[in-house]
Amino acid sequence: MTKTLRYAGLAVSVLALTAMAAGAQEVVDDQLVVNGEIPIVTEAPAPDYASALGTIRSGWTFRSEDTQMMQADDFDNPGMLGVEAARAAFNSEMGTGGESCASCHDDPESLSTVRGTYPKWDEEHGTVQTVEMQVQECQTERMGMEEPYGYNSTDMINMVALLSSVARGTPVNVAIDGPAEATWKQGEEMYYTRYGQLELSCANCHEDNYDNMIRADHLSQGQINAFPAYRLKDAALVSVQNRFRGCIRDTMGETFAVGSPEFVALELYVASRGNGLSVEGPSVRN
Amino acid sequence: MRHSTGLAALAIVFGTTFATATAFAETAPKDVAFDEYGEVAESLTGTAGDPESGAALMDRGKGNCIACHQVSDLSELPFQGDIGPSLDGAAGRWSEAQLRGIVVNAKNTFPDTMMPSFYHTGPYIRPGDGFTGKAPEGELPPILTAQAVEDVVAYLMTLTDEQN
Repeated sequence: MTKTLRYAGLAVSVLALTAMAAGAQEVVDDQLVVNGEIPIVTEAPAPDYASALGTIRSGWTFRSEDTQMMQADDFDNPGMLGVEAARAAFNSEMGTGGESCASCHDDPESLSTVRGTYPKWDEEHGTVQTVEMQVQECQTERMGMEEPYGYNSTDMINMVALLSSVARGTPVNVAIDGPAEATWKQGEEMYYTRYGQLELSCANCHEDNYDNMIRADHLSQGQINAFPAYRLKDAALVSVQNRFRGCIRDTMGETFAVGSPEFVALELYVASRGNGLSVEGPSVRN
Repeated sequence: MRHSTGLAALAIVFGTTFATATAFAETAPKDVAFDEYGEVAESLTGTAGDPESGAALMDRGKGNCIACHQVSDLSELPFQGDIGPSLDGAAGRWSEAQLRGIVVNAKNTFPDTMMPSFYHTGPYIRPGDGFTGKAPEGELPPILTAQAVEDVVAYLMTLTDEQN
């Protein structure tokens, strides 16, 4: 860990020097390739149901060059520290029978198809589940833990970051039809509902005004393919539903709870608007 | 409406020495009279707006108008947004009644506008207690007071040049 940190510091210094030498107005390279080996699709044709966007764009394309570059190398990406913590937890005994995640799943890489397909209909429970709910299900129903990771706990965010990191470069491809359709439609309705005293919907900012500035904030399309996101302003990894909570709070509205059925529905819908982008988490954002 | 106009006149007559009458004379959010174009001809308070206070309200805090609008006259304030149109020259394009109507509740002028309604008390969908994310306790006040609306309108009426 110390070594990783030292390299990260070194890399940041080198980056800073390079940036200074090159000047601030250097043209941004619009291709994100993580560690020089994982190409990330950051722009793609919009799915039919998000045709208002024309092209779907990862939040990465809206950020400054410095922030973009932090995500291009795991030594520079502070979110990777959470991934490393979760990798250790993955191999640690958690359950009453001494099981770890690795008891069933070998290694995190064997779960590389998970992140891009969640939220997903769960036949056994008759509901749409997020990755967090699936982790909790494993912990309580398979490993016998009385207290699973809290939905928005650091342990959980780190675990989701780990599952995202091993899926980077794979397409977001959530199912919106069949048994998931009713939940998806609920999420769609929420997306266009103007909440709070400011009466703002997700669409007001992220469909109608992406690329515009709201005070100092450069509005993105609100894509969630890159969560968990390491937010520089919070100096922490942030879960997608915690970001939803922050958005509704900022409408001068009463938020829904993280992990609530409403936010699960919204997550499915918003995830589907990014079908075709790559899984990108843990990302770096401002 | 006639009733509150009468009180407003009364308040003007007695001036600020009769403070309770001034407060009483305010038109409540639900009583604001819009015409068919969304204009509000009458002052909400009967007290002339103060453009200096209005300018202060354009910044973060209460009105935060420049979160979405550009105002060259306030160029010392950084990071002005570009969601809504520039307000430069607003007084040349709009009348006071139109501006008052837009600040009070722009949705009566532009039905689909994203602009929040600044002198309005709902009904809202899941209103919160300010920016806490929690449900409010009791009735929600409008975002701006009646006098603050008048102050903002008075400030906007000073923006006569296209490039202030």
